[in-house]
Amino acid sequence: MTAPLTAAEPLVRWDWVRDHTDDITAAFWEHLHLTAVAVAVGFAISLVLALVAVRWRWTYEPLAGICSVLYAIPSLALFGVLVAIPFFGLGFRTAMVALVSYTLLILLRNIVAGFDGVPAAAREAADAMGYERWRRVLQVDLPLAVPAIVAGLRIATVTTVGLVTVTALVGKGGFGDLINDGLSRDFPTPIVVGTVLSVALAVALDVAFVALEWLITPWARAARRARAPAGAEVAP
Amino acid sequence: MSGVLRDMWDYLQSPDAWSGRNGLPALAWAHLRVSVVALLVAAAVAVPAGVVLGHVKRGALVAVSVVNIGRAVPSFAVLALLLPFSLRYGFGLGFWPTIVALVLLAIPPIFTNTYTGVRDVPADAVEAAQGMGMRGGELVRRVELPVALPLVLTGLRVSAVQVVATATLGALVGYRNLGTLIVTGFTSPDKGRMLAGAVAVALMALAIDALFALAARVLVPWRRKPGRWADVTVTGRDGAATAVP
Repeated sequence: MTAPLTAAEPLVRWDWVRDHTDDITAAFWEHLHLTAVAVAVGFAISLVLALVAVRWRWTYEPLAGICSVLYAIPSLALFGVLVAIPFFGLGFRTAMVALVSYTLLILLRNIVAGFDGVPAAAREAADAMGYERWRRVLQVDLPLAVPAIVAGLRIATVTTVGLVTVTALVGKGGFGDLINDGLSRDFPTPIVVGTVLSVALAVALDVAFVALEWLITPWARAARRARAPAGAEVAP
Repeated sequence: MSGVLRDMWDYLQSPDAWSGRNGLPALAWAHLRVSVVALLVAAAVAVPAGVVLGHVKRGALVAVSVVNIGRAVPSFAVLALLLPFSLRYGFGLGFWPTIVALVLLAIPPIFTNTYTGVRDVPADAVEAAQGMGMRGGELVRRVELPVALPLVLTGLRVSAVQVVATATLGALVGYRNLGTLIVTGFTSPDKGRMLAGAVAVALMALAIDALFALAARVLVPWRRKPGRWADVTVTGRDGAATAVP
């Protein structure tokens, strides 16, 4: 935070962008890597929690309660606590704990809502056909819950992409490193580049999930065509 | 770990933890002040807008877009982008870029939840009120707003927690608050202060969350459900509010 910016400094210096394509590419891969690992780990944990919550209903409220407390803890506060612990320190582990913990509430709620939304008729038909409990859960309930689960994954992913910019503060930030760099030098170009690319990545991943859902739920396409536009991206 | 805890304990016992402009009370007050002002400004903008659009049942696209943009644009980036402008136009470091970023962050959840709440007031309730002769402003005040209140409060709660959390980032643009202890702690050998700041911010966020949960129970007694915990906010972290059914 040194000299104030002069009016002559443009928002984006394109020659800087040209000279730093390597840094920008590296930031992109790091951002994608952190997001992918965080969402994958968060999804694995939430899926297990959701299966427990669906099987033993009384566990849902305490589990969701723990996840909401985690969710309410500011990321910077979590960094502060974790960085103080030598095992975590500055870097990947601290970033990952924070990123994963914020996906849990979103994913748990959406997965459980997805299972709850499975029509009783489908479940009973599967039971009548002799499906055992866990086989039915995996082969009947899970596919029917896909739309709600994907809705949760979309929210969790877009949120995580945004949060990765903040993990720049513990040294693992992808595009956030560009933003942090610009901030510490009073130099807008990397801030603008980092912001635009972070938003673009969020949008691209969101669209990718929509495409994925379309691919893996062929039975829903006909119904979707018949229905009115879905409107808000609101989790059930 | 125990070493860090002891450092924090030592810090909490030292006089500079409790006095002066770097003491916890001053930093916590600065943190709370910027958060409350930002939330009030955001509510003053977002609640009327949500009520009006929800009442006329227009603007679904706006509501969706506001949430999605709010979720995709990181507050850290907004804060960083605001700083050069703030400096260029003479608003300086600290308070102004922080509060503008916080207001922008707080608007989407409040707006979308208010909008959804008012728009989705059951038609029979509205028709009954109209049958009793209510029109326009009276209908909004006496029927639509009370029915939408749980969602409005959810929006405020989501925003409040996010604002308190994000205010810590104000430390990066020179607004001294509890975040300052954390940010300076990353590079300092004294981790006790950092841990104290982190715990203080976390406690403040949880307290605000609990306060709004309590407010919802007091103000909306008719909607008390068995689910106390699971029934709370469904949100994306960066300004994503989702209607609770």
